[in-house]
Amino acid sequence: MNADTVFERPLTAHIDPTREPLSLKEYEAVGGYAALRKAVKEMAPGDVTKAVKDANLRGRGGAGFPTGVKWSLIPMGADAPRDKYIICNADEMEPGTFKDRLLMEGNPHQLVEAMLVSAYAIQASRAYIFLRGEYILAAQRLRAAIAEAMESGYVGAHILGGSWGVSLSVHTGAGRYICGEETALINSLEGKRANPRAKPPFPQIAGLWGKPTVVNNVETLCNVPHIVNRGADWFHGLSQGRSQDSGTKLYGCSGRVKNPGCWELPFGTTAREILEDYAGGLQDGLKLKCWLPGGASTDFLLPEQLDLAMDYDTIGHAHSRMGTGLIMAVDDHQDILKVLLNLEEFFAQESCGWCTPCRDGLPWSVKILRALIARQGRRKDIGILEEMTHALGPGRTFCAHAPGAMEPLQSALRFFRDEFEAGVAEHPAPTPAELQVLT
Amino acid sequence: MATIHVDGKEYEVDGSDNLLHACLSLGLNIPYFCWHPALGSVGACRQCAVKQFKDADDTRGRLVMSCLTSATTGTYISITDPEAVAFRASVDEFLMANHPHDCPVCEEGGHCHLQDMTVMTGHSLRRYHFTKRTHLNQDLGPFINHEMNRCIACYRCDRFYREYAGGTDFGVFGAHDNVYFGRPTPGTLENEFSGNLTEVCPTGVFTDKTHSERYVRKWDMQYAPSVCMHCSLGCNVSPGERYGEIRRIENRYNGTINHYFLCDRGRFGYGYTNRKDRPRVAFIAQDGKLAQASTEDARARLGGLLRGAKHVVGIGSPRASLESNFALRELVGAENFFDGHSDAEHVLVAQAIAILRDGPVASTTLKALESGDAALVLGEDVMQTAPRAALSLRQAARGLGQKLLAQQKLQHWQAGALENLAQDHYNPIFVTATHATRLDPIATETCRAAVEDQARLGLAVAHFIDPAAPAVAGLDAATEARAQRIAECLLAAERPLVVSGTGAGSAEILQAAANVAWALHARGKTVGFFLAFPEANSFGLGLMDARPLGEALDALANGAAEVAIVVENDLFRRAPTARVEAALDKARLVVVDHQDTPTTRHAEVLLPAATVFEGDGTVVNNEGRAQRYFQVFDTAYYHPDIATTESWRWLRRLLSDVRGDGHDASTFDEVSSACAAVLPQFTAITKAAPQAKFRILGLKAARTPHRYSGRTAMRANLSVHEPRASQDADSPLAFSMEGFNGTGTDNTPADQRPGALVSYAWAPGWNSPQAWNKFQDEVGGHLRGGDPGVHLFTANTQASTTYFTHIPAAFVVDNTTPRVVALPQIFGSELLSSRAEPVASRITEAYVAMNGTLAATLSLAEHDSVAVTIAGSVLSLPVRISDALPDGIIGVPDGAPGIPRIATGAQATLKVGAAA
Amino acid sequence: MSTADPVKLKDLPKVAPFVLHPDDRAAIVHEKTLYDYPRAAVIEALKIVQARHGWVCDAAVTAIADVLGVTAADVDGVATFYNLIFRQPVGRHVIKICDSIGCFLTGYEALRAAFEKHLGIRYGGTTPDNRFTLLPVVCLGACDRGPVIMIDDDTHFNVGPDGIVALLERYA
Ligand SMILES: Cc1cc2nc3c(=O)[nH]c(=O)nc-3n(C[C@H](O)[C@H](O)[C@H](O)COP(=O)(O)O)c2cc1C
Ligand code: SF4
Ligand code: FES
Repeated sequence: MNADTVFERPLTAHIDPTREPLSLKEYEAVGGYAALRKAVKEMAPGDVTKAVKDANLRGRGGAGFPTGVKWSLIPMGADAPRDKYIICNADEMEPGTFKDRLLMEGNPHQLVEAMLVSAYAIQASRAYIFLRGEYILAAQRLRAAIAEAMESGYVGAHILGGSWGVSLSVHTGAGRYICGEETALINSLEGKRANPRAKPPFPQIAGLWGKPTVVNNVETLCNVPHIVNRGADWFHGLSQGRSQDSGTKLYGCSGRVKNPGCWELPFGTTAREILEDYAGGLQDGLKLKCWLPGGASTDFLLPEQLDLAMDYDTIGHAHSRMGTGLIMAVDDHQDILKVLLNLEEFFAQESCGWCTPCRDGLPWSVKILRALIARQGRRKDIGILEEMTHALGPGRTFCAHAPGAMEPLQSALRFFRDEFEAGVAEHPAPTPAELQVLT
Repeated sequence: MATIHVDGKEYEVDGSDNLLHACLSLGLNIPYFCWHPALGSVGACRQCAVKQFKDADDTRGRLVMSCLTSATTGTYISITDPEAVAFRASVDEFLMANHPHDCPVCEEGGHCHLQDMTVMTGHSLRRYHFTKRTHLNQDLGPFINHEMNRCIACYRCDRFYREYAGGTDFGVFGAHDNVYFGRPTPGTLENEFSGNLTEVCPTGVFTDKTHSERYVRKWDMQYAPSVCMHCSLGCNVSPGERYGEIRRIENRYNGTINHYFLCDRGRFGYGYTNRKDRPRVAFIAQDGKLAQASTEDARARLGGLLRGAKHVVGIGSPRASLESNFALRELVGAENFFDGHSDAEHVLVAQAIAILRDGPVASTTLKALESGDAALVLGEDVMQTAPRAALSLRQAARGLGQKLLAQQKLQHWQAGALENLAQDHYNPIFVTATHATRLDPIATETCRAAVEDQARLGLAVAHFIDPAAPAVAGLDAATEARAQRIAECLLAAERPLVVSGTGAGSAEILQAAANVAWALHARGKTVGFFLAFPEANSFGLGLMDARPLGEALDALANGAAEVAIVVENDLFRRAPTARVEAALDKARLVVVDHQDTPTTRHAEVLLPAATVFEGDGTVVNNEGRAQRYFQVFDTAYYHPDIATTESWRWLRRLLSDVRGDGHDASTFDEVSSACAAVLPQFTAITKAAPQAKFRILGLKAARTPHRYSGRTAMRANLSVHEPRASQDADSPLAFSMEGFNGTGTDNTPADQRPGALVSYAWAPGWNSPQAWNKFQDEVGGHLRGGDPGVHLFTANTQASTTYFTHIPAAFVVDNTTPRVVALPQIFGSELLSSRAEPVASRITEAYVAMNGTLAATLSLAEHDSVAVTIAGSVLSLPVRISDALPDGIIGVPDGAPGIPRIATGAQATLKVGAAA
Repeated sequence: MSTADPVKLKDLPKVAPFVLHPDDRAAIVHEKTLYDYPRAAVIEALKIVQARHGWVCDAAVTAIADVLGVTAADVDGVATFYNLIFRQPVGRHVIKICDSIGCFLTGYEALRAAFEKHLGIRYGGTTPDNRFTLLPVVCLGACDRGPVIMIDDDTHFNVGPDGIVALLERYA
């Protein structure tokens, strides 16, 4: 496959960054709100969930959890709590990730419809789009789209004249990566400090204000209307047999590449295709040193692993994670310690401060990296970093933030050990420029 | 029960607990910080990790937080697994990275949970070689020090202060490694339970400021099991002494009463005992002034006085022990023994006792209040009169969260889920009072009305519950509906509570409360009935059936009696000044007290009494539980010329002088046993604690920790020859580190240390208050050696319910002569604590409160001055407008400087503009 | 949250005593209706106040707490948790430079240096004329167009060190 291969791009078909997004009328003209109509008029809520389950839609927020399974844990029927919530996780803050912005700015009605269909599936009473505060344009466009949808009776008390209704509003955040973690997001939406919550109870049982709640990523949800319209088989077909996973995926690439960007491609497209065919390879004079497959919280992979299919299992078997699927190319002019320092500074700064290893471990790792960069490290510091990759690993901390922070570190320690060793103090004195990084 | 496997051994545990709780209950050590038995699990610190295996064959296992994992049957864990051990050490290392190395100057040093856990995890070498993050501190008022650099961010303070205690002026600020725990702006912590932060905080961020000035290490203080004297609840305390001064009060665990927490009055009110102006030797009046005298001279004088007098009256005190009151009664004769309460309180206490003793429902315990799921608080402002009970009631309200957890099949310790499910919903609590109370924020409904209207509401509630209870005629529809709502709510509850007391100054309120409790009982409900009493030993004194004080005052004023012996009482707090003066002007007055009060100034002879810390005694708390307190230290050890001793011992000496029998050296057990023998209602008191001859493994229990240092030099300023340690003939405790100091968890049988003889919390490796874990049958349960205290009577559940039938008339508003209510104050209303400097600084200024309507009719605005005439005294007071007060009622703060003690219910006249 | 003496008072620009603008109050009251519990409006309330005053002072924290019926400690706990709420005065325009990995790889460090040099301030600083405050911000979700910055509500893509003078001209 190359960049000219033609295939379906349901999520981005109507996105054209050079013009205003589709209005409600325009969106309806290309088939918009048909899925909502179909769901509400022709399908029982459980049918929608079943369709999503059959389609094997997996969460695009990073963890790949099957969406239909998540929804099916929501209590349904007459005995279920009256208040139920669906929240769209639009807090996109994973460094290197810029796909949800594209979807929201590019076709806000698609997300609005997706929210409504999904809300119908779980019979939610309120729906919120938790949008990161910096996405000013997305907020404007989403709010405008919601207003239009309300006028047309798609949002409100009796949607399409039926008995079910849901309110939909945009909630903008005030900046904190941890708000993307779904239970922290719920706390944040409640107007609290965004510390994650202990699970169990899972949000589907006791989420927002203690009521059943579903949290899904923007991209995940945007698939839902298309699945409702066209069915599971069509959805499976989208990945063209390149992956066990179904559908398309918004892949992307950034770093010093010729043509950075984000493209909707069949699930399982290889990293090499993304980097070379779509992003045009590295800028002249640069070579690939390593790459992050899907955001700052994934393990580095090496150039020789570029032929891996970008799907959850394949990247997982290669000891990394597909994460958000937006590749970050690190070129050979980069000092891996400085790259890591940048990453770990991010994680240390964005730690919510709730659990010990993350709160007090990450800042320590930052200080060690600074010392190593300044060639003032101590030999045992490398051992300490190594220990941290265990002590801050999965299950050790309260949420997945710190384990995410350890992924690039542990892979860097594995692949670029010599660069760490070079930072130990026996080595030549640092240059003034190097020293500056310390401050 | 559940069977779990820990490091290859099988144990039976309570399956509803988490693994941390279960293992600690088994006596196994797992380090932890964020978990607290009363606060539940949140999984923040990650210190409690253990390895969990799928089954007996699994060898890989995975780390889990023991505080967040259920102890269900078939659980296999390892505490000693190397990976778990290494992880726990690294958690401690992370915590210590920013922690200052200031243990030598830190006031937590030596009873610091962080120190203990650092030793337990084995983290000993600092590898962190970078700068530490630092914070600025806040001035949090007279009680609490703040040293944020020591914070390890376990979030316990926040969870205790805001969730558990309902404080509003505290929070967590910032994020990542810059989280800050404190007030939004510097200033006094307002919550009445702020002092518990010093024990809840596992390190030295929050420490006891009252202790700072005269700081001493935990191991260098001497302790004895003691009881708080500052209200009627009888919370157990552990006072620490050094060089003849009480240096600090800490909570003493009693699983039936206060368990882990005290109120600030109880914790910080001890300073009265250290006052320089206390009488510490005898005084005899000379030329109208009291002059120091030797004990011999004073006794000689008193012998003559008592032998010559025709008629001697003895006036007891609700803040003196049973033994002291009894010894006075013995000295003067039962017919000449008078109650030390005011006459109004005399009636109320008698009424309250009769209700609890003769009615079908006995008192519930303070701890049991927490498991109530609906409450009617009738007329009693518990936060001010019996503060610790307000904390328990708050837990009853929060119990809704527990119900919701259970509905979701979640465990009771899931603290985060509890908050999440409950949000700001509480179990129903109905609060009636004449004024706004600090329980109002969690109240489902509040009713502000005059006492008779509150009583009418209560009686109506009782009638709705059980139609056999008398109906109240003439209620308005709203009150009728409210009564029905309350009745339905109480009936719907599994464990309804009825809380009231003497604080409203109304026997009708007490009767109404009794009717409600009895009606619930009649309907087959397990009702928690709880009455607050005026003072620490009001219940005990009330049981002595003494004659009312007014009769003694009259007898003195009219010459029928010529000598009065007043024990630990200031009569000016008990009756109007003019009446007391009329009596004392005529009388020859003997006072035994440890405080210099207006009464002592009228004394002809003044004998220096011991405070609760300096002597032994028994007091009876509001539930009728007799509790023993023990002498903490021997005053004469440091200052041989000090003559203070228990009032009962003075009175026994006087008795022996009068009788001339030479029996001068009564012991506590003698007096206590005599009391039990003479007054059958006190038969049980000798069981409140072991008697002096009791030994554990042949030893007395030590009052000081093993490491207690410097005893050999303590008296070097007097003589370099070290005297023998003081001997204690009154108790099974030794004034020494030589004695039994075990917990019962080591190789000694578990029940060898009775709960009543645990002076302070210490166990090997556990120096902080967390060491209570080692004394409990299960963590957070009862003391293994039994919770201290004995009930003097059991519920008369077979008693037939004879409802009170008197229905008070509705209150008639008269704004020209409004009724005065004394507004009880946690700081100020109680005498002894008000004499502690830090508490004194929290006492409100005098004011008169009234609602806007009354203020408007008098053209008064906030802060305006008004002359208030109450029972003949004219007070010039600034106005405070509080619309919570009903029409026709004004309030003055009880115990504020310049305000005499006013009996609730007096009539006042207000004159605008004029100053007194 | 403020501590005994967090910032020297003389360093703070003079600001008029805080009053909650009636429009802001109305906006906050409206926000409350979007949620089942008023507390959920706290972040939006902070943003509403900040939009008018540039930052959130202690008195504003108390005012918001009053409108929402929560404690000042709760409001401040939230205000100090999030990156985009300023509890100290800022200049008329706030420049936020993305310092995350995407922009780091495409020249963030040079851009930051250029801003600091041009404005004569470092991160957290405000120019003496009170015009600009300089702050870092985490990944702005436009790594394909880095380096990225935001000035107030405007996002600027592909910003190089050379372009900043002209860019700043637009913000008086
Ligand atoms: C530290 C952290 C940050 C996260 N940030 C985001 C985010 O910005 N956007 C997102 O959709 N999911 C994020 N997630 C994943 C969410 O917790 C959650 O899994 C996701 O919203 C579920 O939606 P999905 O099943 O549709 O992927 C984050 C998770 C963690 C642990
Ligand atoms: S790992 Fe712990 S401190 Fe870090 S973000 Fe998650 S809960 Fe907060
Ligand atoms: S005690 Fe279990 S995580 Fe803190």
